[in-house]
Amino acid sequence: MTTAARPDAARNRKVAILAASGALAMLGLGYASVPLYRLFCQATGFNGTTMRATSAQAAGVKATTRPITIRFDANVAPGLPWVFKPEQVTQDGRIGERKIAFFTAKNLSDKPIVGRAVFNVTPEQTGAYFHKIQCFCFNEQKLEPGQEVRMPVIYYVDPAMLQDANARDTPEITLSYTFLLAADQSLAQSAMKSSTTGGKPLDRAASAR
Amino acid sequence: MASIPAEGFDVHDHAHDHDHDHKPAFFARWFMSTNHKDIGTMYLIFAIFAGLIGGAVSGMMRAELAQPGIQYLGMFAQFLGEKNPSFDQQLHLWNVLITAHGLIMVFFMVMPAIIGGFGNWFVPLMIGAPDMAFPRMNNVSFWLTFVGFCSLMLSAIFPGGVGNGAGTGWTVYAPLSTSGSVGPAVDFAIFSLHLAGAGSILGAVNFITTIFNMRAPGMTLHKMPLFVWSVLVTAFLLLLSLPVLAAAITMLLTDRNFGTTFFDPAGGGDPILYQHLFWFFGHPEVYIMILPGFGIISQIISTFSKKPVFGYLGMAYAMVAIGVVGFIVWAHHMYTTGLDVNTKMYFTAATMVIAVPTGIKIFSWIATMWGGSIEFKSPMVWAIGFIFLFTMGGVTGVVLANGGIDDNLQDTYYVVGHFHYVLSLGAVTSLFAGFYYWFPKMSGRMHSELLSHIQFWVFFVGVNMIFFPMHFLGVQGMPRRYPDYAPAFEHWNKIASDGYMVMAASIVIFLINIAYAFTAGRKAEGNYWGEGATTLEWTLSSPPPFHQFETLPVIDDAAHH
Repeated sequence: MTTAARPDAARNRKVAILAASGALAMLGLGYASVPLYRLFCQATGFNGTTMRATSAQAAGVKATTRPITIRFDANVAPGLPWVFKPEQVTQDGRIGERKIAFFTAKNLSDKPIVGRAVFNVTPEQTGAYFHKIQCFCFNEQKLEPGQEVRMPVIYYVDPAMLQDANARDTPEITLSYTFLLAADQSLAQSAMKSSTTGGKPLDRAASAR
Repeated sequence: MASIPAEGFDVHDHAHDHDHDHKPAFFARWFMSTNHKDIGTMYLIFAIFAGLIGGAVSGMMRAELAQPGIQYLGMFAQFLGEKNPSFDQQLHLWNVLITAHGLIMVFFMVMPAIIGGFGNWFVPLMIGAPDMAFPRMNNVSFWLTFVGFCSLMLSAIFPGGVGNGAGTGWTVYAPLSTSGSVGPAVDFAIFSLHLAGAGSILGAVNFITTIFNMRAPGMTLHKMPLFVWSVLVTAFLLLLSLPVLAAAITMLLTDRNFGTTFFDPAGGGDPILYQHLFWFFGHPEVYIMILPGFGIISQIISTFSKKPVFGYLGMAYAMVAIGVVGFIVWAHHMYTTGLDVNTKMYFTAATMVIAVPTGIKIFSWIATMWGGSIEFKSPMVWAIGFIFLFTMGGVTGVVLANGGIDDNLQDTYYVVGHFHYVLSLGAVTSLFAGFYYWFPKMSGRMHSELLSHIQFWVFFVGVNMIFFPMHFLGVQGMPRRYPDYAPAFEHWNKIASDGYMVMAASIVIFLINIAYAFTAGRKAEGNYWGEGATTLEWTLSSPPPFHQFETLPVIDDAAHH
């Protein structure tokens, strides 16, 4: 009964508040995990997340003699009326060597469409060593009706991979892209110029790097 | 009621004034209840009711799986109101059935029964408290759970993509649950999880406060009965894991309705993140379902061996260890999402570590029986059955913990067999054990021991017929979540479906036993299990007075495990 004026009431409230704040903290952690997860993948190359490098960083990398093959894979998600494919199936190079690969994309519809590419590499443990200097995946891409573009990726494989026991024996890395219909199509309406340079930047950690 | 004699050591009768045992009228008593025993009773009735529905759904699934091809789904779909169900709608109904079965059994059967029902009833009694710390919040918890169940049932009549109902699986993975399921059904299902989750979080706060603050004088943490320990650990698991689920499904909801892209790569999201969040909740959730069962089994084994539990502190801290480690193994549900070898190695090792505290518990139960004066009363038979069945599920769990083996067995019937051995056979067996242990205490009427024994053996044969062959099917590669299969799998599927009928018969025996107890059952004494039953609830009458322990019992140094 409430009339009993329990001395426990304050104590109970204290424990309850502590417990409830624990629950609230976990709720907050649930939401905080969204940016944390992205940062974690970008920092560690987890799940085959590739790295991003500036030209200056790339200039400091010395090519080794170890050969490596890069295989290219291109996909289009359902709902995006594009054709998207790599110009080369594989590319042979050496670890540390800077290479350029081309992809082509064509808009088959009669409307301007904004697409965005998601990417990863397999084997996943090589994600931390796969550096892209320039990529169409850094920005959203807009294609006018029927427009076909040729899109470059400039990349190198970091020689640090040769120090990683789990990754150094990899003879071939597959770089895979999937183009999706961007959730934000506002760019399609605006009179932006050509696509390959355009679009809003996607890689949020890029500025910090 | 004054007509029920209070027996044994008795604290309330001294202060027998006119209104302290006065029960409110029907509506106020059951709809505005603040009494932990009445709320516990409501939880148990609700859980039995929900369990019958969830069990009926599994009957529909076993009927369809009895032979290859699609036989009954069209009929079920017509029964549920689709005029001329297309083939796709029939297949969608299958997804709805597996979703409903999973969600009902997890959130509306096992959790309400074991935490809401037995927890509410016996935690205050066992620690010598007059009631829960926040009786009104307790009532809110129950009705939130109830309304959550209604919301889930409602989802069945709304469109959810190809057909009516939410067909996402209990895991509600994106993108099937977002862009893959258009229509309000999935929103209702998500809302149902929100409500049940909020109810459970409030319940967890209540249990934690009750156990920390309202123990009788002398009842130190290290003297608490193991069932109370198990509920305490469970409450912490609920408190820390459910909010993460709430966050994840709220993100699903906004992805579905408000244009966010948390889990949609088209807007920069990642569907794998949903799986991480879900299983960060989902793995502790499986311990939430089994830990109170561990507690119940400990009480029963000790009672009927007439010995204190072997290694009491080890048993208590084994549960704490299981709870803690349970939070850092979630990705073993996601081995095939593309984890690298190192991550898999970590999650394999961490998962296997859980077998250590679990083994401590199993061996301590056996050591408790060792040299004990064992009486094979019905709760004891169920408890020993629990140890056997749960250990089988634990062994297949260690197999599945291996990242490499799981690549092969992921999403096969082997997994279905595994988790039904620990849940359907483990947690549910502990529920029946607890039910027969405490039913006379709660109702004041003895059940039939004979019927309980018969029910045990029928149930034991039935569930093993259902779930043991699933291991064979899984190893042979039969995938889960499909209504059809290659004819090569027919033999064992037929046996599993026959087993379902045996299991269903045991539930009929269970219902008959309850009816028997209420119509012809003997009146239960205060301590009807005799000398082995040493915890505080046995010092009260059966059923206990409406308000107990108004003068707090004092626990002396004789240990009360």
